[in-house]
Amino acid sequence: MTDLLRLADVQMAFGGLRVTQDVSFTLRAGDRVGLIGPNGAGKTTLVNLVTGNLRPTAGRILLQNEDITHSSIAHRVRHGLVRTFQITRLFRTLTVADNVALPVLQRRGLASRVMSSATERPEVRAEWMEILGLLGLEKRAYDPIDVLAYGEQRLVEIAIALALKPKVLLLDEPAAGVPHEESHRVLDAIAALPRDIAILMIEHDIDLVFRFANRVLVLANGALIFEGSPKEATLDDRVRSAYLGSYADARRPAQG
Amino acid sequence: MTGTAASRSKGLSSLPDWVRGEAAALALVAAFALIGYGLFPDDLALLTRIIAIACLVLSLDLVMGYCGVITLGQAALYGTSAYAVGNACIAGITDPVALLGVGIVAGALTGIVSGMLITRFSGLPQLVISIAFGQLVAALANKLSAFTGGSDGLSGITPSALFGVFDFDLVGNTSFGFSLAVLGIVMMLLLRFVRSPFGLMCRGIRDDALRARMIGTSIYPRLIAMYAVSGAVAGVGGALSAINVGVVGLDSVSFELSAEALVMLVVGGAGSLWGALFGAILFQIFQHIVGAASPFQWMTIVGLVLVAITLFAPKGLYSVIRRGLMKIGRSRVPS
Repeated sequence: MTDLLRLADVQMAFGGLRVTQDVSFTLRAGDRVGLIGPNGAGKTTLVNLVTGNLRPTAGRILLQNEDITHSSIAHRVRHGLVRTFQITRLFRTLTVADNVALPVLQRRGLASRVMSSATERPEVRAEWMEILGLLGLEKRAYDPIDVLAYGEQRLVEIAIALALKPKVLLLDEPAAGVPHEESHRVLDAIAALPRDIAILMIEHDIDLVFRFANRVLVLANGALIFEGSPKEATLDDRVRSAYLGSYADARRPAQG
Repeated sequence: MTGTAASRSKGLSSLPDWVRGEAAALALVAAFALIGYGLFPDDLALLTRIIAIACLVLSLDLVMGYCGVITLGQAALYGTSAYAVGNACIAGITDPVALLGVGIVAGALTGIVSGMLITRFSGLPQLVISIAFGQLVAALANKLSAFTGGSDGLSGITPSALFGVFDFDLVGNTSFGFSLAVLGIVMMLLLRFVRSPFGLMCRGIRDDALRARMIGTSIYPRLIAMYAVSGAVAGVGGALSAINVGVVGLDSVSFELSAEALVMLVVGGAGSLWGALFGAILFQIFQHIVGAASPFQWMTIVGLVLVAITLFAPKGLYSVIRRGLMKIGRSRVPS
């Protein structure tokens, strides 16, 4: 299997505070990996490092064997590295269809056309209709984002990621805020993605992770303390103490 | 956006959006012409001035309403074009259409330079840079009197007859007709432009720049490109002003003009080309009427009306008109 994403000794420090410590792992084609860890373990920081929202203080990040440690965000996205946000970030004054059409236009290299139609362009329309259909959002196509329930906005966040046809997809708590009875729509959409892409999912809901992942990474205090199958994770002492530790620390203010 | 709605009903509304938009643009500009001609038959100079300034307000809308850039230096683009056109005319390029081209190029180039500076920043630093850029251009215009005539203004701009047939007479018929035709074309092109993928992406950047970056867009070059277009549109306004008035003064690059354009845009409704156009027309006609009726009180009255509009129609007058039309016609009205 080809290595799609590889992290080698990635470090991140804010001043003297080391929030990511020598993290190394590899995502291969077809991987379904869950990234878990107590609050403040540095999960979102790690995703930000991979996507370029933050720049690591040391270490290397390779996307399909190309060193992207210092590449722009846009470059990474164009080469198939796509993320969703833990807190929804959408084009709030645009319609649902526009929100999904924009990444489609961008991916197809049409986003700089100045005199042709945008969202209603036939091949673009066909694509966003398909994605919205997959997520059960087709009736919402022409509604502005602001009238959508939060759960539906989460689905639009996923729809944008799907529209970019990722090779490596980083999902930051995709089901957070989605009502329980609708979380299956998120999971179904993720399950329907092509098998040969790699997915890394940050999730607090351990049941969800175990249903989805064939491999689990556990992060605690910025360091990777475990890598293995979900079943092994439940039996591992370090993992259990990390989680128990977080319960013991629950009185302290959370670090996000 | 209205694809499904359009295919359901018949007649005019079954035409594609952009055709309806362009038909509406032509009809509205023609209506404006008729009303204006009826109201101010002896003051065509006012109407041509309104059109030139309307181009400036449209250009401001492109960067402010569609991209979320905050600027108080837009007049620099307009004035630079006016001076360029004036100098070109004095140097012997007297054909009005060629002069319009000179204005568009000068405006676009100034737009690129100012865009490179202004869009590097956001928020308050952006606003300050835009003011600084405007002041810099104004100061240069004052100093470089060989090209600008300094505080006396650049005079002696006498374009030749339009298409070799229509002289720019004192009554202003040619000026008015020429400006009106140019405005119609600008509106038609811009209505298509803002609905294009490029225009949609700019609105996306305005909504959430990080999200736009996370779908693979490079923001900075795109904003500079938008500034080039904005400069070209402001340049059309500057060129029309120079051609029609025959004199270019320091007021055309002034901070006051930038600020007034901003007020017109907010009054009409930023983020909508119709809003920008309405704002420019209404504000200037209002200013003209109140200024004539009450020369000493007009600033006070304009101020009060602005406060009232901002309180009761914070999204601009066009949004109120649009809502009214949608209620009456029970159909979608372009935003």
